[in-house]
Amino acid sequence: MPAATASQTIGPYWHLLEDPSWADLTRLGAVGERIALIGNITDGDGVPVSDACVELWQASPPASADWDGFGRAATDVEGNFRFVTLKPGPVPGPPGANALQAPHGAITLFARGLMIHLQTRVYFEGEALNKQDPLLASLEPARQATLVARPEGERDGLPSWRLDIRLQGVGETVFLDI
Amino acid sequence: MNQASDAPFRPYAPGSQPPLDAADYGSTQKRHPISALVRLPGGHTATELTAPRFSPARYPAFADLTAPGGGKALGERIIVAGRVLDEDGRAVPGVMIELWQANAAGRYDHTRDQHDAPCDPHFHGAGRVFSDEDGRYRFITIKPGAYPWRNHHNAWRPNHIHYSLFGSGFAQRLVTQMYFPGDPLLAFDPIFNATPDTAARARLVAGFDLDVTQPEWALGYRFDVVLRGRGATPFEEGRP
Ligand SMILES: [Fe+2]
Repeated sequence: MPAATASQTIGPYWHLLEDPSWADLTRLGAVGERIALIGNITDGDGVPVSDACVELWQASPPASADWDGFGRAATDVEGNFRFVTLKPGPVPGPPGANALQAPHGAITLFARGLMIHLQTRVYFEGEALNKQDPLLASLEPARQATLVARPEGERDGLPSWRLDIRLQGVGETVFLDI
Repeated sequence: MNQASDAPFRPYAPGSQPPLDAADYGSTQKRHPISALVRLPGGHTATELTAPRFSPARYPAFADLTAPGGGKALGERIIVAGRVLDEDGRAVPGVMIELWQANAAGRYDHTRDQHDAPCDPHFHGAGRVFSDEDGRYRFITIKPGAYPWRNHHNAWRPNHIHYSLFGSGFAQRLVTQMYFPGDPLLAFDPIFNATPDTAARARLVAGFDLDVTQPEWALGYRFDVVLRGRGATPFEEGRP
């Protein structure tokens, strides 16, 4: 059987798909600890990535009638994205392993210039499980920090967490080979 | 073979995917990470093994891209049909497929597209379909035109339709493009040619299909999409 179909870039015109309401993962009525996840995406020259499609997928809380765990946001001209979501809880580790992962979400980036999507994660500063999370523990502290969102206080009515993403160079985000 | 729903997805086959640093595609230059991608220490977890389940009840299918314009979109009407399969050849049902494309003149209905070609008020160019129990999907559209893109001197994208697919695990997430058979621009396109494996590239090109073609109405093309499979490959299983 053939291998998986080759990825091709999402290109600059993916907004034809965009439904801005998808940036709010609680849009279906989910109730819980609502937060905003904000960030800025820059390239190897520090230039804002203004045409990215950012996806946020959370296995926690588990899917329900009013919660898909999925959202999509476009970056604006300054490279900023903003999701509204529920703060995730711990996620089971690999099947068979008796370990919990720290609360996290999967962040997937598509853009012009990305032949295949970049995958990373967002963790949350201050979570007790961060210390023993298998992925975080495998990274040196400076690299680890690129995956950990920091609280920015209340903004637009919601406790806000920031995770900036650097595609290349100094402070480059840890991207995953999924 | 372990194909349980908690079995990890296989790594991509060598050469089957394009590199992030594709030298001939200029925009990759400042956008690809320099550091090696990091593997999850214990392998795939619920975050990679599960995925959002989109239901047509909440995300309505929209299988005729010419419908919003009352069927008056300009250009060559076409039918595209195919199957969504995994690497073991099994049908993948319930996959949400998002589609978008340029109009017949090679222009997107998008403010950032400034190509000097006419907009078509009867064609927006976005659709959404779901694979059925046999992995089959089908939609109706207009054959998209080629367009220039400034990557290099006299750069033109071959005719293509953009695809976005969600499988049963987020590790299967796929965004790709479908091309058309016999397009002379394929040979010059850095995006199409970035994928090293010749057979993998060839599978991005739809086939003309007389069975999909509807008499007196529209030409038909067939395009199958393969998502990553779960469990060990036979090769890995055969290892001592
Ligand atoms: Fe395109």
